[in-house]
Amino acid sequence: MTNGWIDIKNTDMMLIMGGNPAENHPCGFKWPVEAKRTRNAKLIVVDPRFTRTASVADLFCQIRAGSDIAFLGGLIHYAIENHRIAKDYLLNYTNAAFVIKEGFKLPEDGLYSGFDAETQTYDNTSWNYQEGGDLSGKPARAKGDPPPKENKAAAAGKPTPPPHLPENVAYDLTLQHPNCVFQLLRKQYSRYTPEMVERITGIPKAQFEKVADLFTSVRKDGDMKKVATIIYAVGWTQHTAGTQTIRTAAMLQLLLGNVGRSGGGVNALRGHSNIQGATDMAGIFEILPGYLKVPVPADTDFKTYLERITPKSSKPHIWDSWNYWSNTPKFAVSFMKAMYGDTATKQNDWAFHYLPKVDRNYSWTYIWDDMYRGNVKGLFAFGMNGVAIGPDSNKNIEALKKADWLVVGEIYPDETSEFWKSPGITQDEMKKIQTTVYRLPCAGFAEKDGAFVNSARWLQWKNAALPPPGDAKPDQEVLARIFLRVRELYQKEGGKFSDAILHATWSYTNPQNPALAEVAKEINGKALADLEDPVTKQQVKAGQQLPGYAWLKDDGTTACGNWLYSGSFTEAGNMMARRGTEDPSGLGIYPNWAFSWPANRRVLYNRASCDLDGKPWDPARKQVWWNEATQKWVGNDVPDFKADSKPKDHMGPFIMNPEGVGRLFVPIGTVADGPFPEHYEPIESPVENPLHPQQSNNPIVKKFKTDADKYGTPKDYNIVCTTYRLTEHYHYWTKNNPMNVQLVPEPFVEIPAELANEMGLRGGEKVKVTSARGDYVAKAMVTRRIKSMMIDGKKTYQIGVPFHWGYRGITEDEGKTAKTMANLLSPTVIDPNAWTPEFKGFLVKVEKSVGAEP
Amino acid sequence: MSQATLRVQKISGHAGSIPGQDTQREYTVCKFIDTTTCIGCKACEVACVEWNDLPFSETVFDNTYQTMPETRWNYWNLILFNEHEREDGSLLWLMRKNQCMHCAEPGCLAACPADGAIVQYTNGIVDFQQANCIGCGYCITGCPFDIPKMNPKTHRVFKCTLCTDRVSEGLEPACIKSCPTGCLHFGTKDDMKELAESRAKQLRDHSNFPNAGVYDPPGVGGTGVIYVLHDASNPEIYGGLPKNPHVPWSVKLWKGPLKWLGNVAMIGGLVGLFVHYLRYGPKAREEEDLAIKPGGGRT
Repeated sequence: MTNGWIDIKNTDMMLIMGGNPAENHPCGFKWPVEAKRTRNAKLIVVDPRFTRTASVADLFCQIRAGSDIAFLGGLIHYAIENHRIAKDYLLNYTNAAFVIKEGFKLPEDGLYSGFDAETQTYDNTSWNYQEGGDLSGKPARAKGDPPPKENKAAAAGKPTPPPHLPENVAYDLTLQHPNCVFQLLRKQYSRYTPEMVERITGIPKAQFEKVADLFTSVRKDGDMKKVATIIYAVGWTQHTAGTQTIRTAAMLQLLLGNVGRSGGGVNALRGHSNIQGATDMAGIFEILPGYLKVPVPADTDFKTYLERITPKSSKPHIWDSWNYWSNTPKFAVSFMKAMYGDTATKQNDWAFHYLPKVDRNYSWTYIWDDMYRGNVKGLFAFGMNGVAIGPDSNKNIEALKKADWLVVGEIYPDETSEFWKSPGITQDEMKKIQTTVYRLPCAGFAEKDGAFVNSARWLQWKNAALPPPGDAKPDQEVLARIFLRVRELYQKEGGKFSDAILHATWSYTNPQNPALAEVAKEINGKALADLEDPVTKQQVKAGQQLPGYAWLKDDGTTACGNWLYSGSFTEAGNMMARRGTEDPSGLGIYPNWAFSWPANRRVLYNRASCDLDGKPWDPARKQVWWNEATQKWVGNDVPDFKADSKPKDHMGPFIMNPEGVGRLFVPIGTVADGPFPEHYEPIESPVENPLHPQQSNNPIVKKFKTDADKYGTPKDYNIVCTTYRLTEHYHYWTKNNPMNVQLVPEPFVEIPAELANEMGLRGGEKVKVTSARGDYVAKAMVTRRIKSMMIDGKKTYQIGVPFHWGYRGITEDEGKTAKTMANLLSPTVIDPNAWTPEFKGFLVKVEKSVGAEP
Repeated sequence: MSQATLRVQKISGHAGSIPGQDTQREYTVCKFIDTTTCIGCKACEVACVEWNDLPFSETVFDNTYQTMPETRWNYWNLILFNEHEREDGSLLWLMRKNQCMHCAEPGCLAACPADGAIVQYTNGIVDFQQANCIGCGYCITGCPFDIPKMNPKTHRVFKCTLCTDRVSEGLEPACIKSCPTGCLHFGTKDDMKELAESRAKQLRDHSNFPNAGVYDPPGVGGTGVIYVLHDASNPEIYGGLPKNPHVPWSVKLWKGPLKWLGNVAMIGGLVGLFVHYLRYGPKAREEEDLAIKPGGGRT
C-alpha cells in the first residue's frame, strides 16, 4: 500500500477492484466502512461476482475477468475528456510534460514500437524521453532529422549499449506537444470509449458512465480537496496483464492527483500475514533484500553491477530530482557487509563474487517447469502447499514424481507432502514413485516470535504464545541446522564453490537456533566504525545499532541486511514492538505504533499532499507541509522528501524515480510490455481482442512448452472461470479445523442462475468443471449474483471456484468431498513483469456431474 | 464462571413475588445490528460458539453461504444470507445476524410453565435456566422469531444468553467484541436507539435507501436487539424477519383472559401451603438463591 489500512478512513471515494476485502481482509475492511459511516464516502466495487464487498457498495459493476485495463483505461479517457484531472499536480508531479522520442509508436495495432516477433521481445530503445530543453510551442522533430544514436550503434554491428534515460529531458509545460506524455496518453486511451469498454468488459455503457462520473467526481471543477483511493488485491495481479493493470490504476490516481495523499493512493491488500515481508526480504529470485536487483552474468565486477543498478537522475533542467536510488551503492555495500562480515572488503569487491549471478527466469512457475523437465532434483517446501497452489496442479504432481527428494516443513500433512497419494494414482503407480519425502513438523505462527509486515508496511513484532508441540521446530532452527551441517560438509570435504557458504556470517548466540530478535538486529544494521553526522554531529559508535538508513555508507563502515528495515531495531530497542496509541493528528497515523518502512513513514510520496508552495491541498487533512520559519518540511507524518528542499527548487515528490515525478509513461522497458498499459485478452479468452483482433494477447507472454502445458480455446471451453478464497477458510489450512469446516463444509462452484436454468441444474447438484488441463467436481451454488454478459456481442457466462480444498483435510479424509483441487484447472502462463500465474480468468466448460465421486 | 449476579424482574411459571421487580432501576441493555454494514464474515458465529463452548455440529452445503438453515440448540448466532432483487434490477445481498431478540415482553417466558426456567433480568436480558427446564417446548411455540431450540438428547432448550456472564462483568457480548466492521454495537437501549436512528437517517439522506429504518417491533414491547434495515418497510426479505411480531394468541389467552384459571390454581396452592403449615409447622429451608447466577443453568 502507498498508504495504510487505517488511512482508508480518511477517503471520500473508494474503488475496490481486483480485490474482495470484506471477505478476504474482513478486519481491515472496518476502515472502508468507517469512511462510509463518518464521511459518507462512496464505495464502488467492480468484480466478476457480486461479492460480500459488493453487498455494502454504493455502486457495483460486474466485469468480465481479465478486462480490468479496458475499464481503467476507460476511466482515464473519461477523466481527460471531462476535465476531471488535477492540472497542477499532473503538470508538476508527473511526467505529463516530458517529451518522448521520435520513433515511439502507440499500439493501435496491438504492438508498441520495437517488437521482434521472433524472440517475442521488445527493443525498447524508442520508449524513452527526448533529450533537450523547453519545447513548449515547438513542433515535433521533422522527418529528415537523424535517427537516435543507439540505432546507429546497432546498425554498425556494435553491441548495443543498454538504453539509458537522458539527463536533460525535453519538456512542454503547455502539454500541447504532440509527443509529450500527456498527449500520447490522451491518444492511447482515446480508443477506450464507453462503447469499447462495454464491448470488452461487458459493463453496459450507461452503467460505466455512471461509475466514471462518480469516481472522477472528486476532481469536479478541478477542486483538489477531495481524495479517492483505489484498493486491489490478487484479482489484479494474477493475470498476464497483472503489472500493467496496477500501472493503469497508478496512472489514473496520478491524473486525479490522489497519490501521496491521506485517503488516496494505490493500495495493494496483502493476502497473507507476512507476504509484504516476504517480498521486502527478497522472496523472489530477481531481487535482494530491499529491492536491490540481483547480479546477472554481465555484472563482471561490483562496479559494473552498481553502474547497472544505480539510476542517474533524468529530468527537465528547470526541475530538481533527489533520485534516492542514487544511494544504491550504500545499500549494496552494507548488504554485502551484513552477509559476509570481515570477508567482504573493498579489495575483494565486497565479496560480490559470492553472490549467484542469475542468468534467467527462476520464478515459481519456472521452478516447477524445470522440475517437470527433470532439471530440478529436489525441493524444500516451507509454509506453502506447492501442489495445491498450482497453477496446473497436475503438472506439479508430475514434477514431484520426477524429483529425487522433497522436504516439507508444515503443521499438517498436506497435498504436497502426500502428492504421491493424489487422486487417480493407482497402487502400482505409487510404488513406482521414487521421490524421497521428508516431512518436518514445523511451528505454527502462534508458536514463533518475530515480525509480520502487514499491507500497510508496518513491521509488527509478535511474541510466541506457546511452545511448538512435540518435535516441531521453528523454521529458523530447521534452516540453521541444515545450513550448519552443509557448511560442515564443505569444511570437511571441500566443494566446487565453498567460499559463499564458508564465509557467510553466522554470529548468533545459539547458532543452531538463532533468536529472531538477533536476526532482526542484523537486518536493521549496525555501525562497524565510529560514525558522525556532519550536520547534526550526532554520533554512532562502532558496534551500535544504526538509527536508520540515512547512516548507511558505501565504504564498509556499516552493515545492514535490508536498508528499508533500517530503523526498526535501534539502540533504543525493538521499534517493531512499540504499541503507542497516540494519534495527535486524528488521521490514524499512530507514529508510535510498531515501525513502518521506510523510516516509520505511513504514507509514501506524501510531499504530493501539498501544492507547489508546500501547503496541503486539503487543510483538514494535514500530513506534511513546508515550514517557512524553519525552512524545513515537517508534519504529522514523516516527510517522504528531502527535509530542506525549498518548494521553489521544484524537487519532484516521487523521490524513488530518477525523474522525481510520477510516471504516466514508463520509459525504457522498466515494464516489459509497454510504456502505457494496453488491454490484451487473457491467454484463454472467449473473444478476440476488440481493440486489435490480430494481436489479441499480450505479445510478449510466452506459453510453457512441455506436454503438460495445455491451453484451451473458446470452441471447446466456452465459460470464463475465476478462482478465489472465502472468508471462512484460510488457504489449504483450515480444512483441518472443525470450526472452519462447520462454517463452509464442502467445496462448491458458483454458477449463474441463468446458466443453471439452461443446463437444468439445481443448487446442490454436482457439476464437473473442465479446462484444457484437468477437471474439478463440486456442488453447484446457483446464484443470481453472477449474471450473463454480452462480450463483443457474444453472450458469455462466468463461474467462480473457491480453491480451499484438496485431498487432505477433515471432510476429504472422511470421504465426503470429491478430493480435487481448483488449481487442476488453472493455466501455466504468467505475467511478463511479476511472473504471477493467470489464476483469474481462464476458460472452462461446465457439465452436470454424473460420476461416482462423493 | 462469573460470580456476579443479575437481578430478575420476570420469572416464567412463577406465582409468587419477584425479587428484582421494581426494586432497582437499571439500564436496559441492547445490541444494535447495522445490517447495511454487515459483511457476513461470521466472526460473531465463531465467537459465540467459542465463548459459550458449544460443541461443533455437522453442516452440509445448501446452495448458500449461510452456515446452516436455522439456529440450533448448540448454534445460537447465525447470519442469514438472502439475495434480493430491487425494483431497479440491482441486487441486494442481505446479511442479517439472527439470534434471540431479547423481547421486552418475551413470548417464550410467557408461554413457559416451568417455574424459573426462563427469567428476564432487570437489564432486559431474557435467559433460560436449563436446570429448571421441563423440556415441554412451549417456549419454542411462544417465540415469534423461531429462536429457541431443544437438544433432542437432553430435552433442554437453549438460545443466546446475550452473554449474561460477560455483561454482568461489564463486558460486551462475545459477538459484539468479534465484529470487525463495527456493524455490531452494544449499550443501553436508549443509546442504541439513538445511534440506530441516526444511521438510518444517514442511509436515507446519503445512500440510495429511502426506506431505511430501525427495527424495534412494538408487538413484543420492543426488543433488546434492534436492527437498521435498508428497507424497514419490508423486513421479511431478511430471512423472514416478521413485520409485526407478537406473542402467539394461544399464549396471550393463557396469560390474559384465562389467567384466572391459573389464579385459582395458585390459591389452591396457597391453601395447600397453609394446611401444610398447620399440619407440619415451619421448616428451616435452605436460602434459595433467587438472584440467579448468569449462565449457571446451562450445564
